[in-house]
Amino acid sequence: MNTLRQQRDKLAKKALLGIVDGFYQQLDDQNIPTLMLPTRTKNNIEYNDESEVWVYGDKESERSAKTVKGARQILKMSYTAELLIKEHLENNRGSTLRELYYISENWDIAKFNEQPESDRMIEDLEIVTSLQREDFHMRPEEDGATIFGDLRLKETTKRGERIIHCRNDVGEGGYQIPFSVDNVEFLDHDAKFIVAIETGGMYARLIENGFDEEHNAILVHLKGQPARSTRRTLKRLNEEMNLPVVVFTDSDPWSYRIFASVAYGAIKSAHMSEYMATPAARFIGVQPSDIVEYDLSTDKLTDQDIKALRSELSDPRFDSEYWKTQIKLQLDIGKKAEQQAFAGKGLDFVTQRYLPERLTEMGII
Amino acid sequence: MAAPIAVELAKKQRAISIAEFFEKNRQILGFDSAPRSLLTAVKEAVDNALDACEEASILPDILVSIEDAGGDNVTLIVEDNGPGIVNEQIPKIFAKLLYGSRFHSIKQSRGQQGIGISAAVLYSQLTTGKPTRIISKIDRDKPAHFCKLVINTSTNEPEILEEKEVEWDRPRGTRVEMEMKAAYIKGRRQSVVEYLKSTAIVNTHARLTLVEPDGNTIVFDRATDLLPEPAQEILPHPEGIELGTLIKMLRYTDRQKLAPFLRYSFSRIGLHTAEEICKAAHLDPDTEPPNISLEDAKKLIGAFKKVKIMAPPTDCLSPITESLIYKGLEKEYSVDFIATVTRPASVHSGHPFLVEAGIAYGGSLGKEDRVAILRFANRVPLMYQQGGCAITHSIENIRWKNYSINQPGGSIPAGPAVIVVHVASTHIPFTSESKDAVADVPEIMNEVELALKEVARKLKMYLSKQVSLSKRREKEEIIKKLLPRIAQKVSQVVEKPMPDITPIVAKIMGNLLVYRTVSKNGDGYLVDILIKNYSSANMTINLHDTHQYPIRDAKPDPKVISLGKDTDYIWKLDVRSSSNLTIQYHLPFVSEDEVNSLPSLIVEGVDEAMVNGAKAIRGYVD
Repeated sequence: MNTLRQQRDKLAKKALLGIVDGFYQQLDDQNIPTLMLPTRTKNNIEYNDESEVWVYGDKESERSAKTVKGARQILKMSYTAELLIKEHLENNRGSTLRELYYISENWDIAKFNEQPESDRMIEDLEIVTSLQREDFHMRPEEDGATIFGDLRLKETTKRGERIIHCRNDVGEGGYQIPFSVDNVEFLDHDAKFIVAIETGGMYARLIENGFDEEHNAILVHLKGQPARSTRRTLKRLNEEMNLPVVVFTDSDPWSYRIFASVAYGAIKSAHMSEYMATPAARFIGVQPSDIVEYDLSTDKLTDQDIKALRSELSDPRFDSEYWKTQIKLQLDIGKKAEQQAFAGKGLDFVTQRYLPERLTEMGII
Repeated sequence: MAAPIAVELAKKQRAISIAEFFEKNRQILGFDSAPRSLLTAVKEAVDNALDACEEASILPDILVSIEDAGGDNVTLIVEDNGPGIVNEQIPKIFAKLLYGSRFHSIKQSRGQQGIGISAAVLYSQLTTGKPTRIISKIDRDKPAHFCKLVINTSTNEPEILEEKEVEWDRPRGTRVEMEMKAAYIKGRRQSVVEYLKSTAIVNTHARLTLVEPDGNTIVFDRATDLLPEPAQEILPHPEGIELGTLIKMLRYTDRQKLAPFLRYSFSRIGLHTAEEICKAAHLDPDTEPPNISLEDAKKLIGAFKKVKIMAPPTDCLSPITESLIYKGLEKEYSVDFIATVTRPASVHSGHPFLVEAGIAYGGSLGKEDRVAILRFANRVPLMYQQGGCAITHSIENIRWKNYSINQPGGSIPAGPAVIVVHVASTHIPFTSESKDAVADVPEIMNEVELALKEVARKLKMYLSKQVSLSKRREKEEIIKKLLPRIAQKVSQVVEKPMPDITPIVAKIMGNLLVYRTVSKNGDGYLVDILIKNYSSANMTINLHDTHQYPIRDAKPDPKVISLGKDTDYIWKLDVRSSSNLTIQYHLPFVSEDEVNSLPSLIVEGVDEAMVNGAKAIRGYVD
């Protein structure tokens, strides 16, 4: 285990040094330092038939010291690489994404202006090295999501190994997924499918109504846009445990993007798609057609919503008959609904009628 | 037998008083909505105050105070430091419509018809039933005169309700106080504050003070202590005179003969021109003017067009001037750039006019918004009907994209700019009585476009200079700050010696690179000099390598000049754009220390800023 980790660290160090040495060679050869990266927009993601997920296409954009912006990025990348090599990998330490942002305060003109900028820098390094941020000992800030249901797993922590049952050994909130999912081993389960839920309110409703026991379901709380560890967990449960995954969100454009990032990968991290996306995941609802069919109470679409929906119509991840019909329907009715809207039909409506009906329709139960 | 029906009808037919007419049609004069009524009243009072001060050569100091009078009413007080009004004239000026001093004179002035302030008095009286209170003082040593007035709307005659002598602290001036149904608003273009701000921009010699209903005081201070050049009164110009006007003039003239009539009734007609006109009209110059028939009058109009007559004199116009529009914009806006222009005078239908324009750019102005358009006619801001005005139409006719300014939809341009246009004329052709918009007269539109294009050209030059300056600054930041830091950091990380970035600096700057490297060779060293031209120009240079060591096997051969202890080796080189040359020679028997402390290379014939890796000296290379 230890030597395996040492080997991984060595590999990461070599890769990072390679980037910096590339800049050095360019300078030494009297060339302006330049770095090519895949363009990270929705116009440059492609469907990979083999892995069935969306990954970056061939379009590349150049970061060159010819421009102030490019020169800054190259300088910041050199500083960041130095930190990762000399502080993290050589000293076997680590820091969080937020800490990286604060560490850079001492870097004078190379400091990051805001945290999204340092987060993007780590993503750039992942893309260039084909490694993951965990390999650089970078930790995410966000809590992993929680799991509730009949699932037994083994987690390796600093204090040794621990076996946990995700219903019997945990509180009402469920089992907290650690940021480094690969330290978790799934042992066994008695479930037929997984429901990944956007909001905490609906997650708690399903637990309170005993939906997991009644239907042999494992419930996963996504906590909004899901963290990498959550998406990785879903992918592993789907592949290793052979469990179908359905995603249950609000009915608005932002929620569809949550589903898309679970199923196909996020545009921002398409280089991680093959590692984190669950192509077999399916959208259960709330569908725009449910708003009509179940006569749910709604809010009006805002201008932002409408813009986001239109943008999804040209997003390759939503380029299917199903999504085009649903999005166009939503634009027609001009309404959106929350998961909690089902409460208007009674507290048991969602577990007694809506979900069983949809799951039957989808052929899962 | 019944009387003819016309007799019956005649009993109902009677003259309509002008005051009665406006009582029923007050929107024509700009008294429709509550905010607009206040703005119109302020405008009429301030216009009068400015005109009065200028006629008396007094620097205007005007106070506008607006108080809440309860309900939907406000009290408007306007005070000036003008010459004041003699007692007998006060009632007529404030309470008789169409009474004034300027209607019959041909020169540039703000008010003209004598309707404005009396219409405000009428509006006040109609909406509140209260009289208007006037104080006027014409002499420092005399007491002020106070009176309360209303207009008798059926006779269009003033009625004085009360008058007396009062004490007033101003040495001279006029104060008018009226209550009216109106509303004080802020935060949009058509407001009292914006009107006064605009007025201050084109009347840089005036100090305007506004006291708002909440007691807040705003002062628009003056930018100059010089009064504008007063406009001169002129005679009508024959070009564009209408037949009816000419007949009226012929009938009532004191002149006995046609030729002198022409000469003394019109501008730009002298002895010679008058005779030519008579000849062209086939009329006897001695004809008595009242005897000229309708047919002959038509011939005269025709002759005016045939005979070459000079354009009307332009001293009847009083331009604000380029420098004062500049100062006006400068004091009311915080911007990066201002350009202004005063066009030469021109003529429309016999009326002299001139156009002035200004554009203020950048600073705190909104980047995304449509540009603000400030329209002025004879120094009066035009607040309403922007879309129907010749000034706006002229702005829309210009292709602003040619001047590096956005023009979404091809209409009013967008960007951080304010456009000022001033049209000055003895007769401004307004589209309506409320004087909100200039009519689309082709001559005026043409001049407005020429004026705007002139300031837009200056703005474009400024903007393109800014772009190249910012490119230059960007490059400097790269070569001075960022690249050295990158070189330092990457060599630290990979633990190798720091590379020389001179060649890359030359590449980024588009300069000439002169780069000397040395390598060990037998007992001595091999020197390589690389000359690379990254610029877009071909260069002819003299390269000087001056040191005390003998050289061998030089390729190509230099010209050698002995300088005593040192020797100057000179290569004359033609370096074409984006090409490179190399020079090589041997230095036998020199030590490592010696070769590493060779003096800098010197390039002759290129500006210092264009060279990296060598010193540059000026010099002519033939």
